[in-house]
Parts: sequence; structure tokens; C-alpha cells
Amino acid sequence: MAFIDYYQVLGIPKTASEKEIKDAYRKLARKHHPDLNPKDPEANKKFQQLNEANEVLSDPEKRKKYDKYGENWQHGEEYEKYQQQQQQSRQQSRSYAGEQGAGFEGFGGEDFSDFFQSMFGQGGRPAGGRQAKYRGQDFNAELQLNLKDVAESHKQTLTVNGKNIRLTIPAGVENGQTIKIAGHGGPGANGGPAGDLYITFVVNDDERFKRVGRDLYATTKLDLYTAVLGGEVTVDTLNGKVKIKVKPETQNGTKVKLKGKGMPVYKKENEFGDLYVTYDVQVPTNLTDKQKKLFEELAADAK
Amino acid sequence: MNPPIAIGRTSEPMSQTMENLIATSDICIYHEVEYTFISSLSEAGLVELRVINDTPYVPESELQKLERMIRMHNELEINIAGIEAITYLLERIEQMHEQLRLLRNRL
Repeated sequence: MAFIDYYQVLGIPKTASEKEIKDAYRKLARKHHPDLNPKDPEANKKFQQLNEANEVLSDPEKRKKYDKYGENWQHGEEYEKYQQQQQQSRQQSRSYAGEQGAGFEGFGGEDFSDFFQSMFGQGGRPAGGRQAKYRGQDFNAELQLNLKDVAESHKQTLTVNGKNIRLTIPAGVENGQTIKIAGHGGPGANGGPAGDLYITFVVNDDERFKRVGRDLYATTKLDLYTAVLGGEVTVDTLNGKVKIKVKPETQNGTKVKLKGKGMPVYKKENEFGDLYVTYDVQVPTNLTDKQKKLFEELAADAK
Repeated sequence: MNPPIAIGRTSEPMSQTMENLIATSDICIYHEVEYTFISSLSEAGLVELRVINDTPYVPESELQKLERMIRMHNELEINIAGIEAITYLLERIEQMHEQLRLLRNRL
């Protein structure tokens, strides 16, 4: 468990007055407040640290205790325990543990660091403190999907905070897209409504297809002979293989469009994007003598 | 321990959807804010209030936004003009995040 320099967190000297502490906290809180930095876990973390530092330094009792032990707080605690044992052995009524329980009740809590808990106790923070919400807290979850998973709508059961939630993943969701499931967040306070659950879809890249919105892009190898003479080539689509006709004298890098073979359009039934296939013409290697001769004839003819 | 606060449900004409409404008085008590603050937010167009039988309510869909503004006011001492500017900028940031996401997917 690491020591936390609360003065450094607030960027103030150890000699700072109460007003300087308050001003420093306000200034930094405005910068890192979660409501002003939505979806930024770093700002949220920083704000928790600021709150913790402010909780200690703005309270004269806590600040005194913190200043007394400083970086040697662990030794200080041991020393206090030793003192407490000594006092108990002398049958004095006042014990350090008792003082800690009474003096710091109602502070701490799961949002605060282990260092804080260790120094100031495990008491829960008072309801209605900072970040008080009548409406329940919103939950955020992430769901990893493959491109094929979003090619059609399907039902999935998720477990979020121990609760099973059945949801339909609509076809065509995009990477990074978030959907809201109303009322599945944290419970409200004093009968207030529950928060919402936000699910962000992370659609993993597919090695065969590059997705751009509703369209898909793929590259397919085309042998030289088919490219020159024309014919057919089999290409992968999201829902199986299809054969497409290749025109004679097709150039390397030619792009063909397969209408309707792209991604389904989000929330638009029976509407699909297109698949663009780019030909990568393969020049033959390891030619036989006969093949080489034929190419030489072609080359001579072309001159 | 405060008693649970009931959430009102309005009986709108059949054509309109039912929506949970929360009495502003409940919110004022819970967050220790004056009603004038909430009505000022409403006058600035920052939150929608519904008045039924002279009692102002907040639709549940507006509650998240309203609570965020109350926190800005209580915890950061930001006035209504400041909240208005911040709300506008946060909307801009949200739009830009969305654009960034779409552009990233194209790369």
C-alpha cells in the first residue's frame, strides 16, 4: 500500500491555509469533475483522488493526524497500537481504536484508497455526499463481437453485476456504438428511478473484410489467365461464397461491386450495403519451359 | 431514514405515451436546492418541466440531465449561465466524439 501525498494531489505546500486548500480543490474539481468529463475514466480517477485529498486536508482533525505521521504513517500506526496496548494494560478507559471509530465514522468508503482506509477507518461515506444521485447510477459495459455476429440480429444473454439481461443485438451495429438499456443501471436513492445500462459494442476487425460504414471491402487473388481471358472467380462474402464473372483483359487492382453483399444497415430491415472486391492479379511463378516459350512468343508478338 | 418517494405517472390522452414524472419538490428536498434554481434552468431551456394541476414535474428522461446541472451548481459553484455554456460545449464534444469514432472506423 503506497503513501499518498495529498498536498501534491492538490498542488499546494504543506503550509497551505484552509482557504488555499479549498481554492485548490475547487479549481482542480472543476477541471476533473466527472460530469464535465463524461466517459473519461482517467478524469474520474483523478476526481476521486482530489476528493480524498480534500476530505483529509479540509478536516483539521484528519489533517493533523496525516501531518503527524506523513510518510512514516505505517510506523506511526504501529507506534499508536503499541501505545494503545500500553494504555489498555494500565486499564485506562480511552483507547486509540475507540477514538478512531468515533472520530472518523462516516468517512472513507469504497471510493477511497486503501491508504485512506488504513489511516482513517472503514466507515461508510454519508449518503448525500459528493456525486449524490437521486436517479441510480448508470452502468457501462463492453461487448466484444465479431463482424459475422453483427451481420444479423441475434439475442444474447449478458451478465451485468450479477444480473442476467437478455438483449437483442441489432444487425449492423458499428464498432464503438453504444446502446442504452433503460432502467438496468444502479438503483435510485429514496425511491428515485434506476439508472441505465450502456453497452458499447466492440466489433473486432475481420481478416477478410474491411468495413466502412455499411460497405465491405475485400481483396481476392485472380490468376493471370482468368484476368487475361475472362472467366469466373469464387469470392468470400459474409454469408458464404459466390461466383462472379470476370471480364476478359481485367487489369490488376480492378474493383467490382457486389450489390447488397455488404453489412445490413442498422435499424433498417432488408437494407444492405455493398461489397467491393479488388482483384490482385497473380503473375505465375515456376514456369515450365513450355510456358516460358509461350510467353516469349507472346512477348515477341506484342513488339 | 426518509420514506420512499413515489414516482408519479400521468394519464395522458391515449395517443401519447405514458411517462414517469417526478415531482420537483422531491428533487429539491433530496438535493437541497431551491425550486427557483430548477425553474431558472427550465426558463433557460436547459430542462423540460411539465405542470399538472399547478404542480411542476420533471419527466424521468430529463432527470439525468437535471441532476448533472444540480451537481455542477452545488459542487462546483457554477451559475446558470455557466451551466448553459457547459451544456452546449458538452453536446459539441459528444458530436465530435461520434465523428471521431466514425472516422476511426474508416481508417
